[in-house]
Amino acid sequence: MSEALIFDAVRTPRGKGKKDGSLHEVSPVHLLKNLFDAVQTRNELDTSQVDDVVLGCVTPVGEQGADIARTAVIYSGWDERVAGVTQSRFCASGLESVNLAAQKVRSGWEDLVVAGGVESMSRWPMGSDGGAMAMDPRVNDAMGFAPQGIGADLIASIEGFSRDDVDAFAVRSHQRAAAAREDGRFGKSLIPVRDVNGLVVLDHDETIRPDSSTEALGGLKPSFEQMGQMGFDDTALAKYPTVESINHVHHAGNSSGIVDGASLVLIGSEDKGKALGLKPRGRIVSTAVTGTDPTIMLVGPGPSSKKALDKAGMKASDIDLFEINEAFAAVVLRAVRDLDIDIDKVNVNGGSIAMGHPLGATGAILMNTVLDELERQDKQTALITLCVGGGMGIATVIERV
Amino acid sequence: MAANMKEHTDLGGDAIRVEQDDKGILTLTLDMPGRSANVLNDQFSVPFAALIERIESDDSVTGVILTSGKKNFMVGADIDGLFAVTDPAVALQMAGDFKAMLRRLECCGKPVVAALNGSALGGGLELALACHRRIAINDPKAKMALPEVKLGVLPGGGGTQRLPRLIGIQAALPLLTEGKELSPEKAAKQGFIDELADDADDMMRRARKFIEGVIESGQPATQPWDQKGFKFPGGDSKHPAQGHMWPIAPAMMNQKTRGNYPAPRNIMSAVYEGGLVDFDTALKIEGRYFAELVVSQESKNMIGTLWYQFNKINKGESRPQGVEPGQVKKLGVLGAGMMGAGIAYVSAKAGIEVVLKDVEQAGAEKGKAYSEGLEDKAIQRGRSTPDRKKAILDRIKPTADVADLDGCDLIIEAVFEDRELKGKVTEETEAVMDPKGVFGSNTSTLPITGLATRSSRPDQFIGIHFFSPVEKMPLVEIIVGEKTSDETLARAFDYVQQIRKTPIVVNDSRGFYTSRCFATYVMEGIAMLAEGQHPRAIEQAGLKAGMPVGPLALEDEVSLSLSLHVMDQTRKDFEAEGKPYAPHPAEPTVRKMVEELERPGKKAGKGFYDYPEGGKKRLWPGLAEHFPLADEQLSQQEMVDRLLYAQANETARCFEEGVVTTAADANIGSIFGWGFAPFHGGTLQFTNSVGGPAAFVSRARELAGRYGDRFAPAAILEKMAESGDRFEAS
Repeated sequence: MSEALIFDAVRTPRGKGKKDGSLHEVSPVHLLKNLFDAVQTRNELDTSQVDDVVLGCVTPVGEQGADIARTAVIYSGWDERVAGVTQSRFCASGLESVNLAAQKVRSGWEDLVVAGGVESMSRWPMGSDGGAMAMDPRVNDAMGFAPQGIGADLIASIEGFSRDDVDAFAVRSHQRAAAAREDGRFGKSLIPVRDVNGLVVLDHDETIRPDSSTEALGGLKPSFEQMGQMGFDDTALAKYPTVESINHVHHAGNSSGIVDGASLVLIGSEDKGKALGLKPRGRIVSTAVTGTDPTIMLVGPGPSSKKALDKAGMKASDIDLFEINEAFAAVVLRAVRDLDIDIDKVNVNGGSIAMGHPLGATGAILMNTVLDELERQDKQTALITLCVGGGMGIATVIERV
Repeated sequence: MAANMKEHTDLGGDAIRVEQDDKGILTLTLDMPGRSANVLNDQFSVPFAALIERIESDDSVTGVILTSGKKNFMVGADIDGLFAVTDPAVALQMAGDFKAMLRRLECCGKPVVAALNGSALGGGLELALACHRRIAINDPKAKMALPEVKLGVLPGGGGTQRLPRLIGIQAALPLLTEGKELSPEKAAKQGFIDELADDADDMMRRARKFIEGVIESGQPATQPWDQKGFKFPGGDSKHPAQGHMWPIAPAMMNQKTRGNYPAPRNIMSAVYEGGLVDFDTALKIEGRYFAELVVSQESKNMIGTLWYQFNKINKGESRPQGVEPGQVKKLGVLGAGMMGAGIAYVSAKAGIEVVLKDVEQAGAEKGKAYSEGLEDKAIQRGRSTPDRKKAILDRIKPTADVADLDGCDLIIEAVFEDRELKGKVTEETEAVMDPKGVFGSNTSTLPITGLATRSSRPDQFIGIHFFSPVEKMPLVEIIVGEKTSDETLARAFDYVQQIRKTPIVVNDSRGFYTSRCFATYVMEGIAMLAEGQHPRAIEQAGLKAGMPVGPLALEDEVSLSLSLHVMDQTRKDFEAEGKPYAPHPAEPTVRKMVEELERPGKKAGKGFYDYPEGGKKRLWPGLAEHFPLADEQLSQQEMVDRLLYAQANETARCFEEGVVTTAADANIGSIFGWGFAPFHGGTLQFTNSVGGPAAFVSRARELAGRYGDRFAPAAILEKMAESGDRFEAS
């Protein structure tokens, strides 16, 4: 059985996901083309050798619809024999792409696969694809549907995370991201987005606030209090009957940012790597997905990480660095508790609160960020995990080679 | 208008009068013989189908006016037909036939006007919605509604599809899921009544004018949804405006239903899915959800109790036969506290002259001021007028003078729950009141037979137990003492109906029926707390069980000190009678809360909850210390069962002991009196709802094994489990 080796990992900077965001003027396919170009050039890649492109996209409608993976392959001028598939595992889609690619390679049925994802949240807002989960009343009812933010606030209520706790974590994210950017730690993977003329549109993560403070965040109004009172709080409390009330602590400043961005990872077998002269940087050790209660929705990182660690025959203490997606501050704090790990090993260069969470792309971004950091610190192992819509969780263990 | 009529046909059978005028307009007057109201049944639909055939094929027919010869237009479907159906395929067919008929009517090409001379409810309104125009007499008392949800079903005649297509999804949903009743004026504002008429003539004139207009246009009459390019007002289910509403709609619904009511859920489904497809497919979708509801246990429970048994009560099933109906003319209320003041208000509102007596004139005045406050609020909300307020207040005479009770034909005493005091006021009042009048006691705990010993006319003495707040609670529990005469019972019964409340009749016993069974709910909650169950989980289980308030919150409202007082009194009485007293396992906790922890309830600002000023109540954090959590925490379902079985089993015991004598009184009493889960159809129907006495007995034994003898099934249920009998379900 071949190892699934990571040869390269790239990403775009993340642009604010609104009309005034720098990447709003860039189409999602063009975001991807920037990265396809980079992967081809950096690796002097004969693209005909790539079997498949697996991309995550959570809102695959409009110009993100109709299999944007295959669309981007052709638009980027790669060999027409390269296939493409687009999938959604909600927020895990980017990492799901990595895991699927690794499974394709480890099965021996494919040799070289590009994995990644894309999301232009400014152009195709979250939820614009509908879905029975929220929209169909009887499905919604059967699930005990509540928006993510209610789940995050429920976690904080159960765990006793105060507004100060979650705000302090948000400040940490910004401070670490700012320091990492200052230190040039993102340089290895970050590919500036250029227009059709080759002119740079954006070359840095746009939403980091180096001056973020708990004082400033303290002034923000909780985002989910009103909808909670309209009914969602009771949905949550009915499932968690010992919780006295929902403490609404999350707001725009301690939740992941809405941004535009894309990411790609080149994954292949040892033989293919040797044949093409690709230098392996790491390997995918194990992967896991799992499901938990869909109402609290965001507690999947703990159990999915344990599952991936079990599969690898490892313990959390064997991991040098963790990337736990900062969907909401409480999600990370809860996962740290569930895994009983030192928070200083977690999201050392900041995360989605500071830099944003382009839904379909994030998982692969986290992977390339932590791989870069392993190399910088000369450490060996990392675990990437995300909470996922519908109550799922995903995790991937990687190791440098 | 009769002058214009040129033809009479008998195509309408005896249910529909058919007349055609010289312009070819056919007037169909629904007037079902032997009934006070038109309903949707075969007697109507067989001739109606034949008439539709004629409308379609007879070229002389230019248009149709549908109206009624009764006070109301049509008040709904025939419940008997619906209640009997247990096969979903039959329900589907039933609704399908009706819808096919309506579809033919609205697609006939000729203008059809619903001339609504009175209320159009349920199937009656659905019939009107299938017409091309709805013109209603602007009578504020007429009601336009689709109330099917209240009986656990949905409007299966296309109502869930036509209404949203007429007025928009967001406007239609509350009307469908809550069954709200609108006056014609409000219905017109909502957009499903097209014109308001001053009177019947004006209505018919407008109807003809509309039809003539359509004829002149030369275009066939069509429904909006059958026109090309039709758009839902405000957008269909895919529209972004709805995209924000659908995700939260179930959560908002569940705040009220706690997942216990399939009808509003299916209504939402019919509207949502119907809003994604064409009209005819939408009707099919509605039909499947309708059929599921018709055969559901919940609808059988709700129809059986809230329709059949409720009607039995109102028709006087528990009222002695052969006593002439009577009306109270002058009521004396003793004690102007919250209960007395409320009784005075509802009685004055019903047109009865009231003497409100208290020890001090000031107390009596304060009691009268309660009515003033309620009327002021009603005026603010547009439910009363200054004239009405004045008339009501003029009927209430506050006094401290017992002589003012002269001539009262009914007395209701609502003084403090103290035997001696009650005895004293009985004696002094009987001296001045109408000697033929009835003396009623509003006691909630003291046996009537005992109180009657202080009466010189014990046969005219009876318990008339109101619930608080009187102006809101629909039930009155009438308690028959050992010597109470039939005549007295009939008087009390008639009085309760006179003030437009629902009377149940029970026999004398400690706590009577409602207080005794209600107590098992709160006590079971407190027992679980004492066992170390999480208090919040207990409260959630209460709501999930379908009760309006959790047991601990409810006990705070009632007040723990009052419960303790009743327990102590009961113990004393038992000791005096030489009977063994077995305290409920909750009793030590109630005592501890009152005596040791000094938390007597909401009034004191502290009970199981804290009541911060201006803030929301919150479970007292000290509970965690005084009632530490047990290692084993029960599932919500286990708690729900304990809370419901305790009440149902106690009700069965009351039935066995003859305290309640009809299933109707027991079921309606439990729902209207203390809010027992309506979807189970009441406390006795609960035994049917869970699968019948055998299933109940088996589960109750299980609970008895775990939690104590109070769950040991009542002997009557054990007998029924063996014989296969059930409590009356309709």
